[in-house]
Amino acid sequence: MHKNCRVFFTDFLGRLFNTIFIMDRVQGCISEVLARALKLAVGATIQLNPSNRSRGPEDYYQTRSVLNFHEPSLTLTAQVKPNAFVWITQLPLLLLSTTISCSFPANSSFVFVHLSCYFISYRVKNPTSLFSLKTMGYVSSNTKPLLSRKATNEGHAENCPYFDGWKAYDKNPFHPSQNPDGVIQMGLAEHQLCFDLVQEWLVSNPEASICTKEGVDKFRDIALFQDYHGLPAFRNAVAKFMGRVRGDKVKFDPDRIVMSGGATGAHEMITFCLADPGDAFLVPTPYYAGFDRDLCWRTEARLLPVVCHSSNNFKVTRKALEEAYAKAVEANISVKGLLLTNPSNPLGTILDRDTLREAMSFINEKNIHLICDEIYAATVFRQPDFISIAEIIEEDQEYNRNLVHIIYSLSKDMGFPGFRVGIVYSYNDAVVECGRKMSSFGLVSSQTQYLIASMLSDDQFIGKFLLESAGRLATRHNDFTDGLRQVGIKCLNGNAGLFLWMDLRGLLIDSTVEAETALWQMIINDVKLNVSPGSSFHCSEPGWFRVCIANMNEETTKVALARIREFVLRNGNKPNRKEKCGQSDLRLRLSFRRIDDVLRSPCIMSPHSPIPQSPLVRTRT
Amino acid sequence: MRLLLSGKAKCNSHGQDSSYFLGLQAYEKNPYDQTRNPQGIIQMGLAENQLSLDLVESWLSENQDVAGFKSDGESIFRELALFQDYHGLPAFKKALVQFMAEIRGNKVSFDPKKIVLTAGATSANETLVFCLAKAGDTILIPTPYYPGFDRDLKWRTGAEIVPIHCTSSNDFKITARALQQAYQEAQNCNLKVKGVLVTNPSNPLGTTMTRAELDLLMDFIVEKQIHLVCDEIYSGTVFGSPNYTSIVEVLSKYEKAEVWDRVHVVYSLSKDLGLPGFRVGAIYTNNGSIIAAATKMSSFGLVSSQTQYFLSMLLSDKKFTRNYISENKKRLEKRHASLISGLQNAGISCLKSNAGLFSWVDMRHLLSSSTFEAEMELWEKIVYDVKLNISPGSSCHCSEPGWFRVCFANMAEETLEIAIRRIKAFVDV
Repeated sequence: MHKNCRVFFTDFLGRLFNTIFIMDRVQGCISEVLARALKLAVGATIQLNPSNRSRGPEDYYQTRSVLNFHEPSLTLTAQVKPNAFVWITQLPLLLLSTTISCSFPANSSFVFVHLSCYFISYRVKNPTSLFSLKTMGYVSSNTKPLLSRKATNEGHAENCPYFDGWKAYDKNPFHPSQNPDGVIQMGLAEHQLCFDLVQEWLVSNPEASICTKEGVDKFRDIALFQDYHGLPAFRNAVAKFMGRVRGDKVKFDPDRIVMSGGATGAHEMITFCLADPGDAFLVPTPYYAGFDRDLCWRTEARLLPVVCHSSNNFKVTRKALEEAYAKAVEANISVKGLLLTNPSNPLGTILDRDTLREAMSFINEKNIHLICDEIYAATVFRQPDFISIAEIIEEDQEYNRNLVHIIYSLSKDMGFPGFRVGIVYSYNDAVVECGRKMSSFGLVSSQTQYLIASMLSDDQFIGKFLLESAGRLATRHNDFTDGLRQVGIKCLNGNAGLFLWMDLRGLLIDSTVEAETALWQMIINDVKLNVSPGSSFHCSEPGWFRVCIANMNEETTKVALARIREFVLRNGNKPNRKEKCGQSDLRLRLSFRRIDDVLRSPCIMSPHSPIPQSPLVRTRT
Repeated sequence: MRLLLSGKAKCNSHGQDSSYFLGLQAYEKNPYDQTRNPQGIIQMGLAENQLSLDLVESWLSENQDVAGFKSDGESIFRELALFQDYHGLPAFKKALVQFMAEIRGNKVSFDPKKIVLTAGATSANETLVFCLAKAGDTILIPTPYYPGFDRDLKWRTGAEIVPIHCTSSNDFKITARALQQAYQEAQNCNLKVKGVLVTNPSNPLGTTMTRAELDLLMDFIVEKQIHLVCDEIYSGTVFGSPNYTSIVEVLSKYEKAEVWDRVHVVYSLSKDLGLPGFRVGAIYTNNGSIIAAATKMSSFGLVSSQTQYFLSMLLSDKKFTRNYISENKKRLEKRHASLISGLQNAGISCLKSNAGLFSWVDMRHLLSSSTFEAEMELWEKIVYDVKLNISPGSSCHCSEPGWFRVCFANMAEETLEIAIRRIKAFVDV
């Protein structure tokens, strides 16, 4: 064993774990994420060494400054066998039997491993790729894993930029008077525009709280209530509310309402009910970053992207569905269903009747499930009207309704994420029965059930709330899109949601994910707006950003718009921006592949080809 | 149609078809009510604590501000409705750890940074298993144990439970031999043992573990390099001597060894404070990786912020907690004594116990033969003829037929008297 060979994993926020570079002498930085991944893969000892950062090659740090990494620096020491070669067969999104073999020249003492933080979660989950390093005997391991893989892996995917942005905000949050230069949070899809209405209602309905003088006589019954069916009044009220939000065109049966801990818990629950480890769900891109955690982490199911494009406004087409399905079949993956979010997060658009019908006939034909996440149903603020999947199956009795499951929640529509009300509404009796038993793992507090039941049963209040909420969202949406249009920024034409899908493709140096990430870093650090880059939603095209608009007051909105305006004007006057970071970018680009490339060519690198051109190798020449 | 569902949806390892749950269903169809249905089934299968809720109610009437989402007169509804940080409300976590320490006689203290909130102990237990074991790994549990563990620990995680058989000959105490046997049995089945889970105080026995038993467990997990999960959700129900010893107390004698990272406590307010509807569970551990992973997993079942806020106010009132803890114990002791003497009067004895919301009742002499069939036969008679829903030992995986768990804190004193009268009538026939 060549004892002093050092392995460095670097994270360039690239999309794929596609290259391993061999360097003779380099000091690098790795993120905690990757350190843990390596620990899992090879059982290597990990030492925290923050001073390490200052000793790297100049070019590497130039690159760093462009992308502005802020993860702690770590050093990994692993024992590696000399005279071996490192190969990674290309990992497509489907990640099947990935083979990793290593081989290091005898005189090499450092290894550079280039990873992506986006897909590290998949990688770690894939046992074949993980343990091949170990079993091939190139790297020794002597630690006995005491925790489960779930506890130590990155399946929760919380280390992607989507969450990084939150961290940046947490460190320096905007406050109009106390911290006017802070980061404005535009990464949080919260509905804060109608709290005054709810507060008003609470004041005039003290009996809705079991903790008031007016309501305390209910305290005992409610505190003791732990039936996993939920309070009957709660289920009735939620069913009625769901119908109301959908324009009373469909009715929901309270007996099919299964409670869970927020939409997060609801998604996990439905996955546990439908899929075994290894099974997959198709999901159109871009999609909510949390799905990787919610649907995959503990269930060990996986998500396969249905790639959608801006060319048709990210519509989900039958062709794209069929392609994704065919790819899965080819890869021998059992597809259990299709997951749609309607209205879409992050697009802010709703699915039209044709798309919904197409999806229904697709899943019927394949005999797979359809999970419809409709948690933004009440945020549709202008025409066309929202069409629930419930309506589609009412209209056409031919469709097999046993395959359809709706996810609902009050976090977005009412703006109560703290109350953790999530719902699985399934048309399948067996799923209702099974889901109920699983409810035990995430019941809604009975105190909260009681409050919500009273509130949602007040027809007059709900009518007023829904109307007012749509009106306020529309105003906010118009204000924001107008402001952006004035500086030449377009958004996807949406009519729902608490966010905009902003098109900044024109501001990218080139059409790559790194360029998007670089721009995103600039927006966070210079413009001080925490928006979410499209790549964190698995968008196939670089340059799109999700901008949340309903979690702030009007003043803050104005500040945010002013900042964007200033940024665009400033950059318009700086034609040399490209030059500034052009060099490193050019080099960087070589090592990344756009997501659609990868989908088209699942094996870009031959396991027998020489080590690919590395940007880092190049920087040394 | 079912073919399209997952294996978990189709399998029965949620254990909800066991007699424990059947009994609950029978009760629901014909529940006793003093005036409306005096011939109905009396629910004695539910480990609820209703004896001290009036204390919480009277606290509420004196603290009206909590109620209307007000803090210093300012409405904090907005803040709460939006609060979804899975680390929990800091004020609540602080109040909760102080309450936990107080229940343990302040002999130990807890760090709020090491606590993870979950939606009830059900979720806390599952989360811990997700953190410790992969599908096919196994957890050793002394019998008899809480019937819900089959669902909580096995169902979705795919982990296995291997019983540590305890018997009445030594009052169901855990022995080194039983531990070793269970470990061996798991190995024979090619199952990897990841830990031992105990409930202390025990559900269904109502007994607390001795220092010697806890030491034995510690030695065992040190030797085998495995985890220990201590479910201490009944710690506030210890009403008699000997005093309660928490595993945390035992742990303090170990120098900051790596064993600290392998002992985890599950807690909840469902039993000790009698608020099962509020779904407050918690994991307490020194293990940083588990805290990190479990915190992330808690997204699947967070505690409502409204409830966190209310409880943080309630539990940070030291006068209230002091009074509640001592008064609750007194009432439990009294209630326990009346059940025991009532049963004795009917010639039925119970395992000597000092905690819990139930007694472990010995009806071996009433069996037609010493088999589980005979136990079921007797149980059916008690549920459907005597009209008392109690839980047979077999549902708790007890290895000896003839034991029953009888809950006593989920009803009024008068109802308990009627229940005792019914049993006596049944035995006397």
